[in-house]
Amino acid sequence: MTEAAYQENLPLHEPHSWWTRYVFSQDHKVIAIQYTLTAVAVGMVALVMSWLMRLQIGFPGTFSFIDPSTYYQLVTMHGMIMVIYLLTAIFLGGFGNFLIPLMVGARDMVFPFVNMLSYWAYLLSVLVLLSSLFVPGGPTGAGWTLYPPQAILPGTPGSGAGIVLMLISLALFIVAATMGGLNYVTTVIQARTRGLTMMRLPLSVWGIFMATILALLAFPALFVGAIMMLFDRLLGASFFMPAIVSMGQHLDHQGGSPVLFQHIFWFFGHPEVYIVALPAFGIVSDIISTHARKNIFGYRIMVWAIVIIGVLSFIVWAHHMYVSGMNPYFGFFFAITTLIIAVPTAIKVYNWVLTLWHGNIRLTVPMLFSIAFVSSFTIGGLTGLFLGNVVIDLPLSDTYFVVAHFHMVMGVSPILVVFGGIYHWYPKLTGKMLNDVWGQWHFWLTFIGTYLIYFPMHYLGFVGMPRRYHAYDGYEFIPESAQDLNVFITVSALMVGAAQFIFLYNMYWSYRNGKESGGNPWKATSLEWQTPDTPPIHGNWGPKLPVVYRWPYDYSVPGTKDDFIPQNHPPSAEEPDTPTA
Amino acid sequence: MAASKAKSWTPSVGVPEDWGTVKLMSLATPRFALRLLLTVLTVLFLLIFVSYLVRMGVYDWRPLSEPLLLWGNTAFLVFSSAGMQAAKIGASAGDRNKVKIALAVGGGFAISFLLGQLWVWRELNMQGYYLSTNPANSFFYLITTVHGLHLLGGLVAWARNMRRLHNHGNIEFEQLSMSVELCALYWHFLLIVWLILFGLMLST
Repeated sequence: MTEAAYQENLPLHEPHSWWTRYVFSQDHKVIAIQYTLTAVAVGMVALVMSWLMRLQIGFPGTFSFIDPSTYYQLVTMHGMIMVIYLLTAIFLGGFGNFLIPLMVGARDMVFPFVNMLSYWAYLLSVLVLLSSLFVPGGPTGAGWTLYPPQAILPGTPGSGAGIVLMLISLALFIVAATMGGLNYVTTVIQARTRGLTMMRLPLSVWGIFMATILALLAFPALFVGAIMMLFDRLLGASFFMPAIVSMGQHLDHQGGSPVLFQHIFWFFGHPEVYIVALPAFGIVSDIISTHARKNIFGYRIMVWAIVIIGVLSFIVWAHHMYVSGMNPYFGFFFAITTLIIAVPTAIKVYNWVLTLWHGNIRLTVPMLFSIAFVSSFTIGGLTGLFLGNVVIDLPLSDTYFVVAHFHMVMGVSPILVVFGGIYHWYPKLTGKMLNDVWGQWHFWLTFIGTYLIYFPMHYLGFVGMPRRYHAYDGYEFIPESAQDLNVFITVSALMVGAAQFIFLYNMYWSYRNGKESGGNPWKATSLEWQTPDTPPIHGNWGPKLPVVYRWPYDYSVPGTKDDFIPQNHPPSAEEPDTPTA
Repeated sequence: MAASKAKSWTPSVGVPEDWGTVKLMSLATPRFALRLLLTVLTVLFLLIFVSYLVRMGVYDWRPLSEPLLLWGNTAFLVFSSAGMQAAKIGASAGDRNKVKIALAVGGGFAISFLLGQLWVWRELNMQGYYLSTNPANSFFYLITTVHGLHLLGGLVAWARNMRRLHNHGNIEFEQLSMSVELCALYWHFLLIVWLILFGLMLST
């Protein structure tokens, strides 16, 4: 029996108590909401940290408690929370959990109990991380990259309890991500409903699927690095610690290699950014095709591009290490692979644009966010090509050029997709539409605002302004105008921050008072929009699982009555044969 | 590969008649998931392996002494795997008694292995080979810790199977035998990992 046939005939175990319905739920939709709300909450903490940092940079000395140590702690916690605890958790745990079973026509994930465990392990990891804010010495200030030897030596804030809690929290997160990841991959491979071949999957699923495979293969590297650093810190080992004099004292460590940590960390770290980017790619493809009433251009190559980007992401890691002192010939190799990975990414950008071309475009809020993604990711990606070349990376490394680059590709672009995705799928989750006027305000303020923040920041990098400095007064090589630009960026950042409250309030207000959406307000083709109930009930589909007859991009098929044909719509006499796209 | 050439937009909008052709693999779901997990664990142990090789080349490497008990522990692990394999064979033959005995043997030897590892740690400490003294020591403790914890995790699954086998009169044998089969696979994996890492440590 196939998994789907097996699941279809299983009796459904409806949760009975409030606790098993809303708290300890094994339903993928509830778990998705739990992941999303937790990620957004901890993301708000990191957002406030960014305001504090920007206030310090723009108006040095605003807060007397922001000394260099505190600043580095803010830098570290902001970065780690945003990359791992917000973006990774929301794309895999939030969108992945919600979309995968619905889009593959399954009742739930294949291992619902493990799925539930994965959320609680994630929550525990968040709590452990946040607890580091309250221990003596405070959280670690080693930068999200946690480079040894400094990370565990006095002189770096949080080298006491802070770094230990950070590493334990990461280990817990990795356990959670592994449990979740096993579920997502196995569900996509095993639990697809009848008629749903891999090449009939929506690109959202492909993006999340590939990202999950990356996560499963890359997180062990971070795990090993974290355990080794814990051994160094707690048990006196010297995996990464060379012979070193610290605070006038000759330490007991010797023979370790800090560069080994960098290799291990970035072997994880580079795939990590694609773990964030690939789901965004997939979701954008689906939103653009739905809201332009047009099939995605080049579906097959979009799938291949996702796969190839995923594979290549494992052989570019040392482009983060050009200035580490490693063998320069390594730099040569990694620069080549970094340039190569730009090719499938560029193809995806062309295909998004070609999907829009002559499409019946509706500039709904999800569509606006998706188009904005294409714009910001292209720009952020182009600056990545600069940085991927060794020679030009040397003067730009550790400047604000790098900060601007990674915020564009990680902080702006995927976040735009998170917003777009939430505006797009909120009606399915709740049965209500998010308020459109507020959505437009939220979009335009965010889109224009983030450009105002990060575009000028590239110039700061060009003039050589270094990153991870808590203040810039008194340096001769930094011109006065740079400080003016810092003020401008800070004001823009605070404005963008404020605009997010419109979104948060919208989510709350629309849940209670929003317009009823019906089951398929966007007239989309993919399976999740064809559930008999909205929001979908436990088991998603009622007694019979859907049967799939076509791919999810039958939009504006010539000669048909509607401008879309759902995936589970059987072929009928009145439909002419679809000509080859 | 052939599936990826499918032109999903062309007019073959029919449904394959039997469920079987839809799936990418014909493996049952729990088996697939375990193999996926083993892939992840392979990456984990491979990274430790590579770090070990890299570090081994540095001048200050001093190999550990090898307590004889390590060989004994290796034997325990082999017998443990053998027990799990016997349990798997018994399960597919439907022989409940054989499964009971073999599972107990397998688990018993695994527990002995773990206790033996703790004893080896104690012996090394008494001989002055502390974790922090030398990178070879650090790696030994790292490897045995990570491997041991994974075996402990396997024992959790083993314990569930033991409970199912002994508490329920009329258990769903098919589900139990799937779990026993998976335990066997997991055990063999950890045995191979141990043999490779142990061999690596011996060869330096």
